Amino acid sequence: MGDVLSWAGGGLVIVGVALSVLGAVGVLRFPDFYTRIHAASITDTGGASLVLLGLCLIAGFSLVTLKLVFVWVFVMLTTPVAANALANAAFSSGHKPRIGAFQIVRTDERRKTPRGADQS
Amino acid sequence: MIALPPSFDANLAIDIVLLVMLVVVAGGIVRTRNLLAAIILFGIYSLVSAVWLVVMDAPDVAFTEAVVGAGVSTIVLLGAILLTRGEAEKPDWRRLVAPALLCVAVGGLLVYAAMGLPALGDAASPANAHVGRAYLEATPRDIGIPNTVTAVLSSYRGFDTLGETAVIFAAGIGVALMLGFGPRASLAAPPAVIGDHHIVLRVAAKFLIPLIALFSLYVQFHGDLGAGGGFQAGMIMAAAIILHALVFGLRETVAAVPPRVARGVASFGVLLYAGVGVTCMINGGGFLDYDFLFPPAVEKQIPGWLLGDPDHAHHWGQHFGIMLIELGVLLTVAATMVTIFYGFAGRTVEAAQREARR
Repeated sequence: MGDVLSWAGGGLVIVGVALSVLGAVGVLRFPDFYTRIHAASITDTGGASLVLLGLCLIAGFSLVTLKLVFVWVFVMLTTPVAANALANAAFSSGHKPRIGAFQIVRTDERRKTPRGADQS
Repeated sequence: MIALPPSFDANLAIDIVLLVMLVVVAGGIVRTRNLLAAIILFGIYSLVSAVWLVVMDAPDVAFTEAVVGAGVSTIVLLGAILLTRGEAEKPDWRRLVAPALLCVAVGGLLVYAAMGLPALGDAASPANAHVGRAYLEATPRDIGIPNTVTAVLSSYRGFDTLGETAVIFAAGIGVALMLGFGPRASLAAPPAVIGDHHIVLRVAAKFLIPLIALFSLYVQFHGDLGAGGGFQAGMIMAAAIILHALVFGLRETVAAVPPRVARGVASFGVLLYAGVGVTCMINGGGFLDYDFLFPPAVEKQIPGWLLGDPDHAHHWGQHFGIMLIELGVLLTVAATMVTIFYGFAGRTVEAAQREARR
């Protein structure tokens, strides 16, 4: 039984790490600020939740589980709020999301236009 | 499955990854001219080194690093940057030659010296064989608390910790003398129609601030048993107050924790610490010798079951003394940090008003 739980926990941790890596790739590759926040918050919420859940299963039912649950509650309370605050601050300071068909911008063109300038 | 070589050491791999991250972040700090980015990178640097310290089995230090380096000092630096420009000038490379040579020379010396260090955790190394071992062996007998780090910091070397607390207090006084004690902070304009778009932040902060304060108390009173203590708890308490100021505006915070109160509490903490020491002297012991915290007549009255274990009754003075001086540290650290924050924030208010008049 314990063995099964450990394996399931390990699997969840790996899936969580994979989500975190995906989030990191998204932060680097996505076209504008808002989509990047979206990618980062996948790391914060999905990745962290799965890793913590996996650790709960590995730890078995003990005080450690309770502490991990507290960490999870704290993460779930803070990181979406942080993402919201970032997007909120960006939007209210006039940073427009890039809307429209996705277009590949060559690196040299991207350098010419300042970050966050309207690309249309 | 990838077959790992038998010599593969997971801890070593984690160490290397973390240290490489530290070097990369440090490189980023040196390279960037944007001071805001540099401050955030400083926070990341502290966080990574905190993780590394956990890997090195030093949770107390890691705790302090995470709270001070990544938390409060980032906020104070952000407050400072509001008073200055956000960009560093591009330095002339000729002026960098001498400092660069000095850095390389000192770094080389440190690497050379590090080769002479004993292996990590080597039981025969001087640090572990003599003083450290004596503390480890004597703590259960003398102090009776599980966390040897707390025992060393607050009992065996209580005088040093009193000095550190006084240093923090003096630093707070110094900053306050330069930037003002914070009466300017009460001049803060009422939060400029925060509007409903900050409602998520405010609701979350309202929920989190009491939890952070509660966690601070947990860290405070758990310091005898595990990682934690007055310094970390004080910083976390200050973080709760600073978060309140960031979300609800300075004026609200100044109304809740007036600068006068912060100043008074900061000095009271040092007084409490030193007072415990003097009480021990009055009762016939040395300065900060908690075994003499209570007169013998009082100590006999304390029932053994109060500490769970009848044999530990004679540790009552130690337990109580450590609790009191940690409380003093908590009060001083938290109030000093809030005073420093008020100093910076008050200046920011003043600068904004000057800007508005112009």
